[in-house]
Amino acid sequence: MSVETAMQRDAAVTIFEKGSPGRRAFEPPALDVPERPLDELIPARLRRREAARLPEISEPELVRHYVRLSRRNFDLDSGFYPLGSCTMKHNPRLHERVAALPGHARLHPLTDPARAQGALTLMWELERALAEIAGLPHVSLQPSAGSHGELAGVLLTRAYHADRGERRRTVLTPDTAHGTNPATVTMAGYEAVKVGTDARGGVDIDDLRAKADADVACLMLTNPNTLGLFDANIEEIARIVHGVGAIVYYDGANLNAVMGISRPGDMGFDVVHFNLHKSFTQPHGGGGPGAGPIAVSEQLEPYLPRPVIVRHGGADGNGSAVEFDFDYDRPRSIGRLRGFHGNFGCLVRSYAYIRSLGAAGLRDVSETAVLNANYLLARLRALGVCELLPPAYERLCMHEFVLSGAPMKQQLGIRTLDLAKRLLDFGYHPPTVYFPLLVDEALLIEPTETETRETLDAFAATLAEILREAREDPELARAAPYSTPVRRLDEAAAAKHPVLRQAL
Amino acid sequence: MSRYTAVTETDRRVMLDAIGVASVEELFADIPAALRLGRPLDLPDGLGEAEVYEQLRGLAARNSSAEDMLCFLGAGMYDSYVPAVVDMLLGRSEFLTPYTPYQPEISQGGLQVMFEYQTAICELTGMDVSNASVYEGPSALAAAGYLAKLTNGRPRFVVSRGVHPHARETLRTLSVGYGTAVEEVALLDGVTDAGAWAAAIDDSVSAVFVAQPNFLGAIEDLEPLIDAARSHGALVVCSADPLSLGIIEAPGVLGVDVCVGEGQTLGNRLDFGGPSFGFFAVREEHLRRMPGRIAGETRDLDGRRGFVLTLQTREQHIRRERATSNICTAQALNALAGVVYLAWLGRAGLVELAELLVRRAAYAREALVAIDGVAALHEQPVVREFAISLGLRDTSSVRRVIARCAAEHVQPGYALGLDYPEYRDGLLVAITEQRSRADIDRLADVLGRALAAERAAAASGGAPV
Amino acid sequence: MAEASYPQELLYHPEHDWARIEGEVATFGITWHAQDALGEVVFFEPPAIGAQLTQHDPYTEIESVKAVSDVIAPLSGEVIEVNDALGEAPEAINDDPYGAGWMVRVRLSDAAQTAALLTRDAYVALLS
Repeated sequence: MSVETAMQRDAAVTIFEKGSPGRRAFEPPALDVPERPLDELIPARLRRREAARLPEISEPELVRHYVRLSRRNFDLDSGFYPLGSCTMKHNPRLHERVAALPGHARLHPLTDPARAQGALTLMWELERALAEIAGLPHVSLQPSAGSHGELAGVLLTRAYHADRGERRRTVLTPDTAHGTNPATVTMAGYEAVKVGTDARGGVDIDDLRAKADADVACLMLTNPNTLGLFDANIEEIARIVHGVGAIVYYDGANLNAVMGISRPGDMGFDVVHFNLHKSFTQPHGGGGPGAGPIAVSEQLEPYLPRPVIVRHGGADGNGSAVEFDFDYDRPRSIGRLRGFHGNFGCLVRSYAYIRSLGAAGLRDVSETAVLNANYLLARLRALGVCELLPPAYERLCMHEFVLSGAPMKQQLGIRTLDLAKRLLDFGYHPPTVYFPLLVDEALLIEPTETETRETLDAFAATLAEILREAREDPELARAAPYSTPVRRLDEAAAAKHPVLRQAL
Repeated sequence: MSRYTAVTETDRRVMLDAIGVASVEELFADIPAALRLGRPLDLPDGLGEAEVYEQLRGLAARNSSAEDMLCFLGAGMYDSYVPAVVDMLLGRSEFLTPYTPYQPEISQGGLQVMFEYQTAICELTGMDVSNASVYEGPSALAAAGYLAKLTNGRPRFVVSRGVHPHARETLRTLSVGYGTAVEEVALLDGVTDAGAWAAAIDDSVSAVFVAQPNFLGAIEDLEPLIDAARSHGALVVCSADPLSLGIIEAPGVLGVDVCVGEGQTLGNRLDFGGPSFGFFAVREEHLRRMPGRIAGETRDLDGRRGFVLTLQTREQHIRRERATSNICTAQALNALAGVVYLAWLGRAGLVELAELLVRRAAYAREALVAIDGVAALHEQPVVREFAISLGLRDTSSVRRVIARCAAEHVQPGYALGLDYPEYRDGLLVAITEQRSRADIDRLADVLGRALAAERAAAASGGAPV
Repeated sequence: MAEASYPQELLYHPEHDWARIEGEVATFGITWHAQDALGEVVFFEPPAIGAQLTQHDPYTEIESVKAVSDVIAPLSGEVIEVNDALGEAPEAINDDPYGAGWMVRVRLSDAAQTAALLTRDAYVALLS
């Protein structure tokens, strides 16, 4: 265990510490216009006195630096990534090819819509597909991430109530909610109120009834929830919330479990956001980009971000047929949430995915996601792993499930964190740890539908192996990982004495 | 089973057996019958890869991109040259497919990239500290508003009309949630009216917002604007064009509180408006209220240098309703493109590029203003974008001129009247390093003839000029 | 501090804060249980001198790497002294929660409020 790997020996050096004065990768075009003195064009007092201290390196050095850096990353193409709530499914490479087509990649957002009909058609068809999947008729593709979509949805809700002359103060979120939900609530000017979870893992209906009053603007829910459980009471929940005139919001993070099987619109939700970087396989990119389109009911349509895409059979002033256009004349819209039209490059990829899969393929995704999760859980039970990491709820899960590492901590003296770190040595990205907050020493596992049975078997066997190791020698997991490019890092020091840039 | 899933008949039998159910259907028992869709989704059938590619190629072919047109459109996004190394690096599995680096031991690549990116942004903007990216420019400005609100809780924002129209609108949208009033200050001679600006600011102002250069391409004289805000304790938010910071003074040096901006021009494609990235940098004193992820340096237990996400207690997954923002997924891959691009440009290259753009923009402005009936909309110094007025009656006329140019495969610029009624015959023209002198000459020629044709059409009894 | 400890002479608030009463002045901090649950403290910013604290209300926050917690005032009063050393070395809260990890010193506004606090034994009973 004390033998250092080559990558560990390779100390971290930033690009700013490489290179040498005078080296360059970029060669500017020759000056083909008059070389007027800069003082004539921009007064000296407005000009920069000291150049930004960017690196001075040649192209080979630049390439080598970043390629070597890339090798210090684990990634989905290389291995299994069962992160609960993240839906780390395979990213098809076809999507990169279509996104790179010059007609997409080099299209300026302010191009006359008449000359961007391909883009508008794609966006329109994507909207229709998402509307069909959600069971809600009107879509905006503008939000750039799930939490951006959440903000859109809650601001939309605010506009809806304001239009009715109502001043509501609170938004209900379950205690299992992803942190973005309450954060969004505050940004939208509401107070977040927690609703409890019952013994079966669903919303505590009595608690909901007690808290649902005329002050409530909205209830934000995920279904299946972050425990991986489908709340069969969802119709009653929607009834209670609608009964006080409030809106029901669906956080689409867990859509992967129900596509083609059940639709949030049919469950009673009024507004839905999608995470295209989850169910619709936009690559995560190490932390984005993503996209968080929303779908809304008829009554919320007027408040959608602007512009919206409209279809008309007419012709423009020049006589060319313009089928799709942007409509900015939206007096009740909440306005813009960002510049231009949204993360179009992400929309292209998700569109290609939906065209590839079709109705049958999307249903297959959800069925397989749920099958894989239940199978993995069954394997963990069969191998005795669940004796130390029992499921938090003894019932069928959907596309993900949460185990509690509390017995393991008590009996073996290792925590969920240590288990996760030891998994790194076996070439796996660990599942989500310590979320949802409701479960002690939580381990949230979502295999997704693109994993094979062999991978699931191997992963289950590895967890069993790590527990066996820990029985013999708990210290092994506590000091893990050993074989990664760096070992456990001092996060407390990083927070206490932040060093957030390279000293130059 | 599809090309992305792999459950064979044998697999299914083994798996259902292990679970202890007879069919996949049984796994959905918790979903009430009334909520079952009960029919296939109404979507076209799935297609093989080659057919999907054909479909997408067909759609792309119906767009007139900068590949087909000589593009002088700007307004925040530019047809800048994206070096081949960016394509290559962004296509690597290790950068494209991983999740957010919550397990730092196996994410040192991504975390070090963030650390380098943060360093580059600080250098560019002159600010003390940067985050690892936000979505894009306009929402970054609105996020700065949230930081100001969390800092001083005052009820008003003052915003220059020189700030990008999308940013102003986004700020308004989010301010409804913040509970803050948004007031605009007009432009005078193409830059923020300093007198009106100072008059608008008092102790009830939470933050002021200005763009550098502004939407009309004009370089603002920031110092008096900053002083007016500081004298009343308001935060100063400056949205800056990152490439222009190669030649104009860094906002951090001038003492702004927050510097944000649109990063697309740094190594990212146009992509019809996204994904790109927004940068967000602050003075040290605002660090704990800064939104978004931040990478910090530390050591591992053997003493090795490494990087981790740090100060996470600001963020939604820990601080929840009291977080500095709800942002989770940001634009890490696009920020990678940004830092690679800045390293590729290099210390000298950024300056040389900016100087080239300044000279080409000057040449272009002269050439266009020489056209009959065209005047500079303002005479302010510019970097790589400028505004002219076409001497036409209204914005529809401008749009017709633009359409005439498009027929000759030239996109001459953006019709300012769409966002600024006060500049109804304005055109915003952007220059990038991909627009040579010959291209500019062609623009002048095409625009000149399009204008002449529009005036002739108007004179012969068509729409008035 | 490795071993759980709850000094006999202190009074305890159910939200895991302690008070040491010295006449009209009291010193506040958080208990062993609180610092253990939090993990290594990385950031603590005391309230300003002169701030008015209200019993049962949060008066500042404390942060570890992965958590943020409100610090509750066991008693009402005016802040007359704060432990500035915690700015550089917040880990003193973990190492010595009742000594070097003290947070604020307060001039009490209502001595009778101590009735709402728990004795050491009652607090320990609460924990189990």
